[in-house]
Amino acid sequence: MTRFSVFVASFLFLAGSAGVSNIAHAAELKAIQHDKSNLTFVYKQMNVPVEGRFKKFAGQLSFDPAKPESAKVVLDIDLMGIDAGSPEANAEVAGKVWFNTAAFPQAKFVSSSFKPLGGNKYAVTGKMTLKGRTQEVTAPFTFTPQGSAGQFDGALVLKRADFAIGEGPWADFGTVANEVQIKFRLLAHTTAK
Amino acid sequence: MNERYTGTAITLHWLMAVLLITLVGVGFYMQNLPVSPWKLKLYSWHKWAGIIAFALLLVRLGWRATHRPPELPATMTPLMRLAAHAGHGLLYLLMLAIPLSGWLMSSAKGFQTVFFGVLPIPDLLSKDLELAHTLGEVHEVLNLLLIAVVAGHVLAALKHHLIDKDDVLTRMAPRHGCRQG
Repeated sequence: MTRFSVFVASFLFLAGSAGVSNIAHAAELKAIQHDKSNLTFVYKQMNVPVEGRFKKFAGQLSFDPAKPESAKVVLDIDLMGIDAGSPEANAEVAGKVWFNTAAFPQAKFVSSSFKPLGGNKYAVTGKMTLKGRTQEVTAPFTFTPQGSAGQFDGALVLKRADFAIGEGPWADFGTVANEVQIKFRLLAHTTAK
Repeated sequence: MNERYTGTAITLHWLMAVLLITLVGVGFYMQNLPVSPWKLKLYSWHKWAGIIAFALLLVRLGWRATHRPPELPATMTPLMRLAAHAGHGLLYLLMLAIPLSGWLMSSAKGFQTVFFGVLPIPDLLSKDLELAHTLGEVHEVLNLLLIAVVAGHVLAALKHHLIDKDDVLTRMAPRHGCRQG
């Protein structure tokens, strides 16, 4: 039986910066490929879909497709490095009524369980913490082995009101919709055990 | 002489006048607002109204293609006739170029135009903030030009009415007994 695991501990930086792999586990860990990994989101403004991106996040991942139940992932998302679609929006979303990045500079996702859904499909459930509020969320994803690497593609819908993202004049969903689609693509290197 | 524009032409002309004045006014006002739901709403409404103005322009061009507008007064000099035709040509050109530049700017900014939040207008350009900035300046300059040409249009109409005392202004006026068509 072939077993292989994916271990990733990496920090993604803005284009031009280098990723740093976890030296302590150098034998098993490899940096994920920055140029092929991304964390994006789509929100609707006056019913117009606008794409944004979390430019900076750090992830720790261990995933074995043969034993998905024991997989784990922790993602730390730097909210200072958020691209909400335009310079005006970037300045706006840092403010108190949106992400309040001065008080809550990071978002965190910690997985609690992985479930195989058949074929290359899986679902991860975990705690999403954003602006000091924690919600349990589930994201279906596909895992595609690519030689010595593997790619994770998934999406989930978060409701911004669950995390008090957009308070006061923005609390009404007439201008900016409540549902925000989060999409992730992680390309991770694998090591055979 | 004494020939009026048709009711259709008069209606289209004044609808366009009201729409353009509102669009230009809102356009200059909304730019300097701080980000708020009100600002985002205004931007969307401005884009929707711009689409309506563009559609109205196509209707007007259709009318122009199928109807002969009333003749200019015989008293006008060739130079004045040329100026009148050039002015009207420029107005049509601006009514065409301004909504197009706005639409392209919106696409380049990464915001698709979705008519009434329902009908997505395809993006001809992909997101490019530098190009968006340039298109924004083009949109603004074209609008300043429009303001100047419309001012000239109004002054010329008033000159016809008050100085030349011909029917150029009254035949487009929304008053008593329009010709059918």
